[in-house]
Amino acid sequence: MSETVIETISLTKEFLRDQFHVIALNEVSLEIHKGEFVALMGPSGSGKSTLLHLIAAMDKPTSGEIRVLGHNLRELNDREIAHWRNEHVGFIFQQFNLIPVLTALENVELPLKLTNLKKPERIEHATTALKLVGLGDRLHHLPRQLSGGQEQRVAIARAIVTDPALILADEPTGNLDAASGQEVLVLLAQLNRDFGKTVVLVTHDPHAAQFASKVHYLEKGELV
Amino acid sequence: MAIPLAYNLRNLVVRKTTTIMTALGIALTVAVLLAILALLNGLRVTLASSGDPLHILVLRKGSDSEIVSQFARAQFQDLKFKTGIAQGRDGQPLASLEIVGVINLGGGANEEGTNVTVRGLEPAGIEMRSAVHIVSGRWFDQGKREVVVGRQIAARYPETALGKKIRFGRGDWDVVGVMDAGSGAQGSEVWGDLNQVASDLQRLEALSSALVQAPDAVTAKALINDINNDQRLSMNALSEKEYFEAQTISAAPIEYIGIFVSIIMAIGSSFAAMNTMYAAVARRSREIGTLRVLGFSRFSILWSFFIESVLLSALGGVLGCLLVLPLNGITTGIGTANFSETTFNFHVSPQIMLGGIAFAVVLGSLGGLFPARNASRKEILTALREI
Repeated sequence: MSETVIETISLTKEFLRDQFHVIALNEVSLEIHKGEFVALMGPSGSGKSTLLHLIAAMDKPTSGEIRVLGHNLRELNDREIAHWRNEHVGFIFQQFNLIPVLTALENVELPLKLTNLKKPERIEHATTALKLVGLGDRLHHLPRQLSGGQEQRVAIARAIVTDPALILADEPTGNLDAASGQEVLVLLAQLNRDFGKTVVLVTHDPHAAQFASKVHYLEKGELV
Repeated sequence: MAIPLAYNLRNLVVRKTTTIMTALGIALTVAVLLAILALLNGLRVTLASSGDPLHILVLRKGSDSEIVSQFARAQFQDLKFKTGIAQGRDGQPLASLEIVGVINLGGGANEEGTNVTVRGLEPAGIEMRSAVHIVSGRWFDQGKREVVVGRQIAARYPETALGKKIRFGRGDWDVVGVMDAGSGAQGSEVWGDLNQVASDLQRLEALSSALVQAPDAVTAKALINDINNDQRLSMNALSEKEYFEAQTISAAPIEYIGIFVSIIMAIGSSFAAMNTMYAAVARRSREIGTLRVLGFSRFSILWSFFIESVLLSALGGVLGCLLVLPLNGITTGIGTANFSETTFNFHVSPQIMLGGIAFAVVLGSLGGLFPARNASRKEILTALREI
């Protein structure tokens, strides 16, 4: 059995929405191993994005345990989490979330600003990442000068530029046409297969889920 | 490492209308403050350069200006031969008995005319003031109704031009010369013969002051002490330089009002900067969330937005300097303790401009702090969900 990268034990997330008590995740216990490509599927409101946010330490669970890459996330403070996320996790958003005033190269360089790399090394790494996603000729384009598919590929380059062990993608094809979505999925699969990255993909698209080696279904906050 | 500065600079460029409007608001505040400071600076430069440290001005005890001082001729005779007074070219002590009065000149910007200082003095008084020299015409003759006017006066009042006559006292006085005193206050005076002026002002025995010259600084100090301690003279001596520096008190009301207005405007500008930055934080909420996900700390976010506010206000400071720069060198006048006007130039110095930019930066810092703190306190998911 390969190394466990993500482990949740009775993970629960509750919150109040308009005075209503909502259980977004209920006692979810899950293991994801190194090198896996896992899809989290389920209808809207099933808790799949909440689970992804907890794995990325973007939110804190109400109860239960969560260990990612050997770290108990509940024990880390704000600063340690920021550092940990920068070093170990690449996150891909549905809406790309590129910084509009920065070029593709500058966007990809951003996470490297938090490392000890010198400017020329950062540029070299960012350029390599952009070439890897097929955007070597779009280095100095602003996000508005790129298509949706290209923007998402820049976002992928940004997610992988620090060489993280874990890539988390939240509906990465949700805002893309079929062809661009296909390119993004192929890219994620390639990162998993060729570079050994552990990929967790949240989607409600069965076609996207086909790229995963394992699929977990969630419904009403529980694994089914 | 911090979020790149390019992020802030480009955001300022992207929302250029808001940036320019906010910067202009700050610029106006800075311009008002700088205009006041330039005016005060100009006055200080004029008054500070008016006095010679070796010159000792002697006034009646209790008087703080020449206009309210009274000096009898007999007292001057006692003063003139005190030890320590330098000798002039003619071997006589460099001591000048002087009378100072106020005359009203029309033809300037003020419809009611403007008061200027008229000074009656002896030849030694001219010899002592070596910085003052004739630029056109000649010096007045003793015993005649002739005057020499300061260059600033001649420039501001056409009726005092060379060859014209001005009326004060008991008749018309010929303007026979124009004198230049550099940036000194003497450029705002009208000079004539002591006895003729005293006669016309009907103050032959009630003169104003005396000016004496010491050969060196040490003697000057000793002489001042000697005069002040002389019970028989009952006079107050001080260095001419100190006297003129003390005259800047006449600008104190302008300084207070100017600073008060600037503070009120500064509060307004600070709120404008705050409003702009709050809007920027709200508009870029998702970017803030993204930066946090990428690993930037709360402090990095706070610093980035704070710096953006500082950059915005610094731009306002630079614009404020540019707005006030055309004032540099413009001549204006201000009432002094002699109840007359001293003319001087607005002086926009590099130090004043740096002060203005620093003032703007303080405004921006105060205005940017709360929005920056607001940005840094956003929870990641909340920030990402805001539009």
